[in-house]
Amino acid sequence: MSKPFIPKVVTANALLEGDVVYLTADDQWSRQLADAEVIEDLAHGDLRLLDGSSQPDVVVGVYLIDVALEDGIPQPTHFREEFRTRGPSNYNHGKQAELF
Amino acid sequence: MYQYNDFDRDFLAERNAQFRAQVERRIDGSLTEDEFKPLRLMNGLYLQLHAYMLRVAIPYGTLNGGQMDVLANIADKWDKGYGHFTTRQNIQYNWPKLKDVPDMLDALGEVGMHAIQTSGNTIRNVTADHFAGAAKDEVADPRPTAELLRQWSTDHPEFQFLPRKFKLAVTGSANDRAVIKAHDIGIRLLTRDGEEGYEIIVGGGLGRTPMIGKVLRDFLPKADLLPYCEAIVSVYNLLGRRDNKYKARIKITVHENGIETIRDLVEDRFALLKPQFGGVDQKMLKDIEAQFALPEFKNGSVAAFKDAYHSDPVFRSWADTNLTAHKNDDYSIVSISIKKHGQTPGDATSAQMREMAAIAREFAHNELRISHEQNVILPHVHKSHLPAIHARLKSVDLTTANIGKISDIIACPGMDYCALATARSIPVAQQIATRFDELKLEHEIGDLKIKISGCINACGHHHVGHIGILGLDRAGVENYQITLGGDHTETAAVGERAGPGFAYDEIVPAIERLIGAYLQNREDENERFIDAYRRLGLAPFKAALYPEVKADAA
Ligand code: HEM
Ligand code: SF4
Repeated sequence: MSKPFIPKVVTANALLEGDVVYLTADDQWSRQLADAEVIEDLAHGDLRLLDGSSQPDVVVGVYLIDVALEDGIPQPTHFREEFRTRGPSNYNHGKQAELF
Repeated sequence: MYQYNDFDRDFLAERNAQFRAQVERRIDGSLTEDEFKPLRLMNGLYLQLHAYMLRVAIPYGTLNGGQMDVLANIADKWDKGYGHFTTRQNIQYNWPKLKDVPDMLDALGEVGMHAIQTSGNTIRNVTADHFAGAAKDEVADPRPTAELLRQWSTDHPEFQFLPRKFKLAVTGSANDRAVIKAHDIGIRLLTRDGEEGYEIIVGGGLGRTPMIGKVLRDFLPKADLLPYCEAIVSVYNLLGRRDNKYKARIKITVHENGIETIRDLVEDRFALLKPQFGGVDQKMLKDIEAQFALPEFKNGSVAAFKDAYHSDPVFRSWADTNLTAHKNDDYSIVSISIKKHGQTPGDATSAQMREMAAIAREFAHNELRISHEQNVILPHVHKSHLPAIHARLKSVDLTTANIGKISDIIACPGMDYCALATARSIPVAQQIATRFDELKLEHEIGDLKIKISGCINACGHHHVGHIGILGLDRAGVENYQITLGGDHTETAAVGERAGPGFAYDEIVPAIERLIGAYLQNREDENERFIDAYRRLGLAPFKAALYPEVKADAA
C-alpha cells in the first residue's frame, strides 16, 4: 500500500518585503498560514507549485511544505516552518509582532 | 586611518547606481529571480527565513565614529534599530526591504563602506587581528597588508568566478587572534634576521570538512606578497574542483594534491608573475602604511585610573576582564562586550552604536574595531579616560565584564534567521550565558571559548571552540552535538566529537555537567578548561556528559 499523502501548502517569500507568504485557493498570497489552500493530493500539489512559481514579480523561493490539520486549520509539522509562521525567537519581530 | 580615495568613491557610486537599476528592473518584472539572485548576492543581499538580509563589510574590522554613526542611522531608518556583528567582521541587517537597499548602499558609500564581495565565489572581506596597531605583542600592524590585499582583490578581473569563496586573514602577532589557520590563506607578519616578511598558511577552513591550514612558505619577503598570493589564487582557480561544491574550497585542493605539489605549482607561477608587478604594489603599500600611522599618543597621569581601580569594585572587575595590554604603557585596549547575559551575541542597538562612536571620538582617537568574536574594541584609550568611559558605557548597558569567559559566546544567526540552518543557535547561547550568570560561576571558570553554529557550514566556528556546539536536525527535531578541545589560536586544532547529541532542552544541562567535571578535575584555578582537556583527554568529560551510559556499564 502506498503511504498516505501528507497535506501540503505552497509557501514563498514576498519579493518586496521578504515576508513569509502562503498561497491561497484564489491565487493570492497571505501572510497567515490559516488562509492557505490545503493540498490533498500529489498531482494538485505539483500544479499549485507551478501556479505559485508563475508569479515571480510577487514572490521568490516557492516550495511546498507539509502541514497537519487541526480543526481544519493547517499547522506546520516541521520546526523550521513553525519558526517561519512566527519570526525569530530572540526578539518580538516579524509575524509574531505584526499579526498576533 | 585609511581614507578611501576618489577612485574608490567613484567605483562605489558606480556600482551602487548599477545595482539600483537592477533592483528597479527586478521589481518591475524585467529581471527574473534567477537573473537577479547572483546580482544581489554580489552586493551582499541575501534572502533569509523571514526577510532579506544585507551584509556590509568592515574591512579588517576597522571603522571610525562617523562610520559607526552611519551604521546606527541605517539600523534606525531602514531596519529595526539594531545590527548584528559577525565572525567575519561584517555587520548584518536582518530586516531590509528590497526597494530600500539601494538607499542603504548609498548611505554606506558616503562613508566609504559597501557590501561588495561579501558573497559569491570571490575573495571576501579581508579580516585581521582586532587589536591590530595597538597590541603590545605585535611585530607590526597587519592592516596595511590587509588593505593592500583588499585593493588587489576588489574587482580583480581574474578572480570574480573562483571555484568557491576565498577568505584571507592577516595577523601581526605570534598570538593569533585572527584565526589565520582556518582561512583559505592565512598571513602572519614576522621579521627574520631583521628583514620583514610573512609566514603564508594555506588550505585552512571550517565548514563540513574542517581543516587546519598548512605552512606554504615559512618566510616570504615583504615585497613578494601580492605576486605570491596571486600565484596561490591562480593555481587554485585552475586546479580547484568545480564539479562538486563541497569539494571546491582550496582546503580540499591542498588535501587532494598534497601541499608539496601545490607549493611547486605556486612557486612556478610566482616566478612568472613576480616581474609583472614591478614594484608598483610596494609603492602602494608605502602610501597605505603612511595612512595607518599610529595616533599621537597623549602623555599624562594615569592616577584617575588607579584611584577608580582601587575604590570601585565594579570598575575593577570590568578592567580586569575587558582590558588588554597596549604597546604604550599608559594606554589600554578596551573590549566592549556586546554579549550581556541573555542578549543575542553580536547585536548592538543604534543607541549603543552611537554611544560607542561618541566615546571613540571623545576619548579614543576616533577608532573602533569589530572583533571576529563579535565584540567592539576601542584600540587606543589613555588609561586616565577609563573611569569616564566605563560610566558612559554603563548608561547604554555595555559594561558586561565577560570578555573571554563562558558567556562570551560566538553564535551564528542559526534558524532564527538563516535559511540554511538546521537548528537555532542564538537561544542556546542566551540560555548558557544566563544560566552561568545565575550560578555566579563565570569568573570561577575563567577563560573558556564556547562557539555555536546552526548547521554544518560552521559560521559560528564551533570546530575551533574549546567547547563547540553544532545544531542539527535529527528526524525533525533540533539536536545539538558537542565537540571538545578545539582551538582557534596559533595552536589551532579541530575539536573532537564527544558523543551523541542533545535535545534543545538538554543542551544547557549538558554544558553544566561538563563544566562541573572541569571544576572538579582541574589542577587549580590557573588550569584553563582547554588545558585540563589536553591533560585529561575526553574520558572524564564524556562520563559527565553521559552519566546514564556509565551507570549502565557499571
Ligand atoms: C544567511 C546567512 C549565511 C549564509 C547563507 C552563509 C553561508 C555559508 C556557507 C554555505 C558556508 C560554507 C562554505 C564552505 O564550506 O564552502 C559558510 C561558512 C562560513 N561562514 Fe557563513 N553564512 C551565513 C552567515 C554567516 C555569518 C552571520 C557569519 C559570521 C558570524 C558567517 C561566517 C562564516 C564563516 C566564518 C564560515 C566558515 C569558514 C569557512 O569559510 O570555511 N556566515 N557560510
Ligand atoms: S552556520 Fe549554518 S545556520 Fe549558521 S549562519 Fe552559517 S549557514 Fe546559517
